Amino acid sequence: MSEPLVFHYDIDGEDFISAGQASIQIKKNLRRIGLSPEVIRRVSIAMYEGEINMVIHAKGGTADVMLYEDRIEIILADKGPGISNIEEAMQEGFSTASDTIRSLGFGAGMGLPNMKRYSDKMTIDTTVGVGTTVTMVINIT
Amino acid sequence: MKIKDLKELLDADVLCCEENLGRHLYSACGCDLMSDVLAYVKDQGALLTGLVNPQVVRTAVMMDLVCIVFVRSKLPTEDIVELAKENGIVVLTTDKRLYEACGILYSNGLGVKATK
Ligand SMILES: Nc1ncnc2c1ncn2[C@@H]1O[C@H](COP(=O)(O)OP(=O)(O)OP(=O)(O)O)[C@@H](O)[C@H]1O
Ligand SMILES: [Mg+2]
Repeated sequence: MSEPLVFHYDIDGEDFISAGQASIQIKKNLRRIGLSPEVIRRVSIAMYEGEINMVIHAKGGTADVMLYEDRIEIILADKGPGISNIEEAMQEGFSTASDTIRSLGFGAGMGLPNMKRYSDKMTIDTTVGVGTTVTMVINIT
Repeated sequence: MKIKDLKELLDADVLCCEENLGRHLYSACGCDLMSDVLAYVKDQGALLTGLVNPQVVRTAVMMDLVCIVFVRSKLPTEDIVELAKENGIVVLTTDKRLYEACGILYSNGLGVKATK
């Protein structure tokens, strides 16, 4: 098995306006590599939701995208507040986002359910007060 | 319909990517909540919104949308237009309200469901 191609990004947590730049870059890179539009769309939506979450809930973090022959793995890691109840957070409509975030068009509580829907496998590793790591796998068929 | 037809129906001004007005639209959605937009996958569609910030464009890029219409005469800043331009997305503004703009497009045959 050959080594995966890795893309690494630092996600600035101070700046909502520039949030999503890493996802735009990934989309461009995957297009250049020539993956199918369907796979590219799933990867970019899932990553964009995760990137926005890191900015609005966790003051930023890192994103690593690994391209294997048969799959793409997205690892989003932050040192934010963590998620105390994953089951609750996964429900459509559950959100702790502020009114400010809502007025910017986010905070509907759709992000995590979307990320799960667009990926083939998603795991959340989180500890309150320490941080959250979300790993998503999207198969290339 | 084509983006050009949408422009005429909404009496809208083009802010960028005029060269793409001939592209086809198969669906549209009217929404100020980007996380709701991201919950539906409909490519080659138009996004009508009253929300003005760069996340509107990034959302459109992620969803492979081809056209953004800012309603109620909202004018996006230059960096927003620039971002759309880089990604080939046509940006339009209309003085119509979101409800009216959507109604006009719907009654002229632009469906809610992708018909590709
Ligand atoms: N990286 C994270 N760190 C801490 N809490 C998080 C993180 N990601 C999500 N959460 C928590 O889980 C909740 C649900 O997340 P989800 O992405 O589904 O909705 P949202 O971000 O609030 O709204 P939307 O995604 O629709 O804009 C959040 O409101 C937040 O409380
Ligand atoms: Mg979210």
